Amino acid sequence: MNTPFDIPENPDSACRPPSAKDFLVDRIFRALARIGVALILALVFALIFEVGRKALPGMEKHGFDVLFGTVWDVNQGKYGILPAIWGTLYSAFIALLIAGFFGVSMAIFLTQDFLPAKLAAVFRTIVELLAAIPSVVYGLWGIYVVIPAIRPLTAWLNSELGWIPFFGTSLSGPGLLPAALVLAIMILPTVAAVSQDALTSVPMKTKQAAYGLGTTHWEAILKVMVPSAATGIFGSLVLGLGRALGETMALAMLVGNANTITVSLFAPANTLAALLALNFPEAGPTEVEVLMYAALVLMFITLLVNVLGSLLMLYAQRGNK
Amino acid sequence: MKRLMKSAALAVSVSLFASSAFAESVRLTGSGASFPAPIYLTWFKDFSKNTAGVTVDYQSKGSGAGVQDFLNKTVDFAASDSAMKDEEIAKVAEGVQLLPMTAGEIVLAYNLPGNPKGLKLPRDVYSDIFLGKITQWNDPKIAAANPDLKLPATPITVVVRADSSGTTAVFTKHLSAINPAFKEALGEGNTVNWPATDKFIKSPKNDGITATVRQTPGAIGYIEYGFAKLAKVDFAVLQNKAGQYVVPNAESGAEALAAVKMPENLVAWLPDPDGAKSYPITSYTWMIFRKDNGNPAKAKAMRDMIEYSLTEGQKIADSMGYIPLPPSVVEQVRKASANIQ
Amino acid sequence: MTDLSQPATALPSLQRRFEGRALRSIILTSLAWFTAIVASVPLLSVLYMLITKGGARLNLEVFTELPPTGFEMGGGFGNAMAGTFVMVGIAAAIAVPVGILAAVFLAELGPDSKLANASRFAAKMLTGLPSILAGVFAYALVVMTTGTYSAPAGGVALAVLMLPIVVLTAEEAMKMVPKIMKDAAYGMGCTRAQVIMKIVLPTGLPAILTGVMLAVARAAGETAPLLFTALFSNYWIYHDGSLAVMNPTASLAVLIYNFSGMPFDNQLELAWAASLVLVMIVLLVNIVSRIFGKPKY
Repeated sequence: MNTPFDIPENPDSACRPPSAKDFLVDRIFRALARIGVALILALVFALIFEVGRKALPGMEKHGFDVLFGTVWDVNQGKYGILPAIWGTLYSAFIALLIAGFFGVSMAIFLTQDFLPAKLAAVFRTIVELLAAIPSVVYGLWGIYVVIPAIRPLTAWLNSELGWIPFFGTSLSGPGLLPAALVLAIMILPTVAAVSQDALTSVPMKTKQAAYGLGTTHWEAILKVMVPSAATGIFGSLVLGLGRALGETMALAMLVGNANTITVSLFAPANTLAALLALNFPEAGPTEVEVLMYAALVLMFITLLVNVLGSLLMLYAQRGNK
Repeated sequence: MKRLMKSAALAVSVSLFASSAFAESVRLTGSGASFPAPIYLTWFKDFSKNTAGVTVDYQSKGSGAGVQDFLNKTVDFAASDSAMKDEEIAKVAEGVQLLPMTAGEIVLAYNLPGNPKGLKLPRDVYSDIFLGKITQWNDPKIAAANPDLKLPATPITVVVRADSSGTTAVFTKHLSAINPAFKEALGEGNTVNWPATDKFIKSPKNDGITATVRQTPGAIGYIEYGFAKLAKVDFAVLQNKAGQYVVPNAESGAEALAAVKMPENLVAWLPDPDGAKSYPITSYTWMIFRKDNGNPAKAKAMRDMIEYSLTEGQKIADSMGYIPLPPSVVEQVRKASANIQ
Repeated sequence: MTDLSQPATALPSLQRRFEGRALRSIILTSLAWFTAIVASVPLLSVLYMLITKGGARLNLEVFTELPPTGFEMGGGFGNAMAGTFVMVGIAAAIAVPVGILAAVFLAELGPDSKLANASRFAAKMLTGLPSILAGVFAYALVVMTTGTYSAPAGGVALAVLMLPIVVLTAEEAMKMVPKIMKDAAYGMGCTRAQVIMKIVLPTGLPAILTGVMLAVARAAGETAPLLFTALFSNYWIYHDGSLAVMNPTASLAVLIYNFSGMPFDNQLELAWAASLVLVMIVLLVNIVSRIFGKPKY
């Protein structure tokens, strides 16, 4: 990365017309910038190509059996990732439900003049700092704080309301609910921050017009502000979902790694990312093919959700202009 | 900015250069079984400290991962509780030397309210627990063997390995030997298809199972004796082939090892050892080396490390919850280590 | 008569409705306060655990000692901190120059070109890339080629995650540079390279650094990409007089993951202490970057 630049000692010398050398430097610099930008594209293609190439033998060999199989048994050569796909989607949706409620509420709370500016900044920082804590620390916290904390409640729910499928089993320790709770905390900053942006970008006039019509504070928020920012808020949820789908460490530590499909919140489950994290280090050649296949599926799902989220955000920005 | 990039580039190139040019010291990397990891790590740390210019780095990843690393040539040696399959050995052109380095016992660690010690488990009961057939702690069969214990009416949470594990291989080999239904349903191997109920949860490595059992009321899991001892979890007294209930310790393990003769290839299994005092789930654990390392300095470091483990290393085995190798096996291993060149 | 009574009945009903609205406002406001306070609980709980559990173990020894083996007492994670610094350094050495050059193109040279639009979109997709996939990629690219777990392999994986953050924040930063300043420089006959090097980059530097710092903070805390690229090591990366980069390398994040699953109190205490140190490093970098400028991502 050694660019042949010489910054002139006298900054005023920029005033003289560019010399031949300056033009050469200019061309090299522009070429380098072009290479830099092309590298990003190349990286995305390399990612898809590398994973795709390594997944291809597995796809040819197993086809859709991998996607719809429910058994993961290396001895019999059965590799089904349906439980992991189900666990990925299910845990992400539960997390989104929780984070969506809290995140959007927070965004309303922080942008709609409920608090003095300084106090709002404190709350905003608290939520933003949630994003700074590494996943593995959340995992550790989840094992030693969240699981013991929710154990009594889950035991009560299971014994009293066990007929509801969501509470159908007792919580042994690691399981879907602790994983989803921690996941919700991890995506809360994304949902809250993007929703705040959406709400603050609604023109002031819109709100003033609502007040002019005699609405209360909350009527203005729920009937005018939130609908106006709806696309952006929805975009925040989709981006949060994208983040939840790909989260790895906290889930690998909390979800229980059981290859079962269940609706019970207290049962152990598995996710694609956790499957990769735990099985990749020891996989033989045939397993690597299937894991690459799983990686491709994960890449496809997150890509789909992120593209959707980005398009929504783009649409929201245009709408506000 | 430019200066920053330059210095960064310089730092990277210097470091790359340094690693290749001044690498007079030998660094051995190994990975694999978590079952003997505590004792291996202690050996390697002491050996590295006492041997100028040699460092041995070992990562506990599980036996399956170690063998895979060995085949991928990302490590110099591996460790496995399930030795190595013949078709895997055939893939290594340099030749493979398996050396048993220590032995251990697999105990069934449990977590029950009030921490009752000395839970007795008959052979049919513990195999049925891992088959998912016995699911409650107050099952009549468990109660019959433990008239003095007050057993809770809670479900049994079975903690099994999430990764490819030699400990699992040894354990399932034993269960298959004592229970035909288990052999039929699950068989044996580094990974088996455990019953798909929500009461079977998975955790990586011996460490993970021990930690999960410790945190989960009503849990049972299979781990190496040393882990149970050091982590202070309760473990069951198991019924052996002769029908006796045996506490895992160095004596009962040595009794079990004495029941089999070590063959020429240094791979001996004890799926269900004879002897009234033998602990039923006892196994050797192996280190795996290439016969031809193409690097005399490394090969010498390996042989020195093996010699250290066979002499000084065996002395600490008992205190860490492992079984010292019988003297005859030590001799066999020492002779075979000459094959590592 | 009836005409007169109608407004009389209508009036109180209007009042009731108004009271209902006010009541609902109060309920919703309390709900908003409630959610805000509940949402603050996790952070406070995490910090409380880190300070009480990790702080109890924090001493000078943990920064200088090697991790304890199996059943050993004492020990620390000095080598893991060193490994984290080296690998984040390697990642930054790759991602920062490439990222800034790419941002120059996106912001200045061809902001609306097809190449720029495609790359910008690609960078946005990369921000959402599951970190484990960066590890899968670096494993296939570096570990399989060099035949060993190493610090550069971990660095490449982290660079994949840093790059989009650097690109997108640097682009924003450069776009913030007032057009008048650039026009003035062009007016004096400067080439584009000169304008960028002398006007755009220096002016946008604080905001660019903010992006770099955020990327560094993210990379320092990542575990998944390092699990099977750098693996872990029980020794120092600087060893016997040489920097052993082409060997498995320790990192704080992987140490926390390994020790968190262990049943031994000594290792668990170290996991909490390492978490405290890691969070302090990440928060410190975050706060410093906030002082530099207002983060966007």
